[in-house]
Amino acid sequence: MSKAVRPPLFLILAALAVAAAIALPLVYLIIRAANIEGEIGELITSPRNLTILFNSTVMMLAVAILSALIAVPLAFLTVRTDLPGRRFWLVATTLPLAVPSYVGSFTLIAAFAPRGSFLQLLLQPLGVEELPSIYGWFGVILAMTLFTYPYMLLSVRSALQGLDPMLEEASRSMGYNARETFFRVIIPQLNPSLIAGGLLVALYALRDFGTPSLMQFDAFTRAIFIQYKASFNRDSAAVLSLMLVTLVLFILWLEYKVRSRAAYYSRGSGSLRHVKTIKLGIWKFPAICFCFFITFLGVVLPLIVISFWLIQGINSGYTFSNLLPATLNSITASGLAAIATTIFALPIAILSVRFPSRFIAAVESFAYVCFGVPGIVVALSLVFFGANYLPMLYQTLEMLIFAFVVLFLQQSAGTIRNSLLQVNPQIEEAARSLGKTPWQTLTYITLPLVSPGIISGSVLVFLTVIKELPATIMLAPIGFDTLAVEIWKATENVDFADAAAASLAILLVSIASTFLVLSQEKVK
Amino acid sequence: MKVPSITKVAATGALALMLSWGINLVANAQSKTLIIYSGREEKLISPLIEQAKKDLNLNIQVRYGDTAELAVALLEEGKNSRADLFFAQDAGALGAIEQKQRTLPIATSSLNKIDSRFRSPSGNWMGISGRARVIDYNTKLVKKSELPKSIWELTQPRWKGKIGWAPTNGSFQSFVTTMRVIEGDQKTLQWLKAMKANGVKDYGKNTAIIEALGRGEIHLGLVNNYYLYRYNKTKPDFPVAHHYTRRDAGAMVNVAGVAVLKTTDQRKDAEAFVNYLLTPKAQNYFAEQTNEYPLVRGIKAPSKQIPLAQLNPPKINLTQLSDLSGTLRLLQQAGVL
Repeated sequence: MSKAVRPPLFLILAALAVAAAIALPLVYLIIRAANIEGEIGELITSPRNLTILFNSTVMMLAVAILSALIAVPLAFLTVRTDLPGRRFWLVATTLPLAVPSYVGSFTLIAAFAPRGSFLQLLLQPLGVEELPSIYGWFGVILAMTLFTYPYMLLSVRSALQGLDPMLEEASRSMGYNARETFFRVIIPQLNPSLIAGGLLVALYALRDFGTPSLMQFDAFTRAIFIQYKASFNRDSAAVLSLMLVTLVLFILWLEYKVRSRAAYYSRGSGSLRHVKTIKLGIWKFPAICFCFFITFLGVVLPLIVISFWLIQGINSGYTFSNLLPATLNSITASGLAAIATTIFALPIAILSVRFPSRFIAAVESFAYVCFGVPGIVVALSLVFFGANYLPMLYQTLEMLIFAFVVLFLQQSAGTIRNSLLQVNPQIEEAARSLGKTPWQTLTYITLPLVSPGIISGSVLVFLTVIKELPATIMLAPIGFDTLAVEIWKATENVDFADAAAASLAILLVSIASTFLVLSQEKVK
Repeated sequence: MKVPSITKVAATGALALMLSWGINLVANAQSKTLIIYSGREEKLISPLIEQAKKDLNLNIQVRYGDTAELAVALLEEGKNSRADLFFAQDAGALGAIEQKQRTLPIATSSLNKIDSRFRSPSGNWMGISGRARVIDYNTKLVKKSELPKSIWELTQPRWKGKIGWAPTNGSFQSFVTTMRVIEGDQKTLQWLKAMKANGVKDYGKNTAIIEALGRGEIHLGLVNNYYLYRYNKTKPDFPVAHHYTRRDAGAMVNVAGVAVLKTTDQRKDAEAFVNYLLTPKAQNYFAEQTNEYPLVRGIKAPSKQIPLAQLNPPKINLTQLSDLSGTLRLLQQAGVL
């Protein structure tokens, strides 16, 4: 990488703006934590907090590893093999992304809870009175993995598609067999995508509140919520959040240590060569079973349970509330957030790959921190800054979109970064040497080449924003209800049919946008 | 490739945002609107709000959210809050914003319409409707004769692993605070530890407990009185019923109530709205539509429920429930939270 060249000014200015925005939550936490009177040490080191910090860490690692074990084979099967119905599975295995994890956990409980669940009622004639408990470690890891592995899948799959098959051919011609090629050539090439996907999955597991609380699991986010809910104590909540920030930074430091400085682009002509399809042979059947199993738990089951509630509601005379405004609001907010986030993520990704520096590494870390702490913490920090310093913008759509950018910037920046890693910088250098300005190089060369990353990054943001709750509740204009807000209101009010209708609407919108990502993938 | 179209989309989006901001500014400048932060659910109270708009000839806008989260948001907004009124699910949240001096006293004529047990002594918040703590049970798994006479029996071995509670829930914590007020910290701590040792199961909220009761996952659950009726409405054969204890913390009555906020620029309108909530029309609405106890004297209790006067709540004042951090510490000491 040519470090001698200085980054263009417009990129630096954009990155500074982003840095200022994503520093807000951290500044807020420090202001609040500085307020606390005594007992900080006691709060941090209480055995209870240390236990749940341990719980969260182990859970996060388990979810990341299991997600990799699901995502890598699925990526391979759907990209490189002659799996029957490959295109169908390619779409189907991505769809759990569209299921909000709180909806997913709720349906898993309805299906597999120890008593009175669908499965237990099904097995009751056989004398099964009680199933083994789904609650605790098992349930939380199952639910988190099922509804977050697609983050990893998308990341790995696009890396796999961007791999130059020449490398594999070279490996084979040098005498490695297929297995050795897989472990020594392909997997190392997938490393950045595995790490980027793994980070997203891990941080999602760390920040989520709905799933641990439904699965009766003691996660660290709970400790933070308890400070707010039980004693309205913003200061102790801030101290606990800073503990979480430390954990996130530690994970990032680990990632930084293992991140290799290797180049992931090839020097070849860039023309697409035909990739040899791997014949599955007798493995066809187990492969299909695997795909089916994951898809069933991740998409089909939630759809069945939701439809069941909906039908039950209709039968008991339920009339649908008008979901159209909420659906439009959801699409507006998520769409604008996706666009805004992408615009701000681009300079970060480009600087990070082409002009790496301490500053840009810090910006990336802060972006991860904003994604890794519970949404309520980031939402409250923006309530604080918004109400006190930007009253004109406070509780407007603009403010809400800004909050989403702060929260989910890393999803988009990470995806674009991976795309860019596969682009040979010599192409850009060639454009510059032929007299194009940095801006022209960006618009004519870089952007078109990373457009798959741009599109899948913005769809990731879209899918996450559509499920977001705390920031929407606090920062949206009054009356701007999204589908996620509707689901929340319905569950507060024990209205299964309402919750089911809104969940189904979120699923349909999300599935449609998932198709959009997939249509951008170059699948032959 | 797709890039020019992305730029266009982005430009259009930005334009739309600027436009909506402009419209917002104009709209905000034009009309005076009473802004309510409501921890109470939209579906339950929005019909009442709509009626109030007509009857009071007032512009009202409501931000719905979780009671505790809205209380914290109000604290963060500080002097720049746009809210005029806070309508909370429980007395604890109202007490918390009162303590931080974010409230204005309510007129004595309004305060006097309800029993002094259900309002702040300084008059900075008041209850609007009452909600009783009850023990709900699965009617297929527990016979009436087996039901516990008091919450102290819940630590007996026969209930091992069969009880559910929601330790993060505000009402549950008020219940624990009540126990501290009546019995002292030591005895409360012992009870909490004994419950934990008896395998009590944690749920995220009251409704999750009732669902688990319905499935038969647990036999007893510590909840509020009004949730069950919503299940009964859609599932008539739902196998869960109320059981009341007497005089102990398990029989306490909490309130949902309001506070006028210091940041209001429409104190008169806010007080008019508070008075509206105290009219027979509104109080009957709570009894009939939300299954809560009306607090204004002389209004009938919800049908199929024991009247407020016949409940045997412990004799405490709700303002004694303000020591939430003490309760939190105790819950953490007992390993419950």
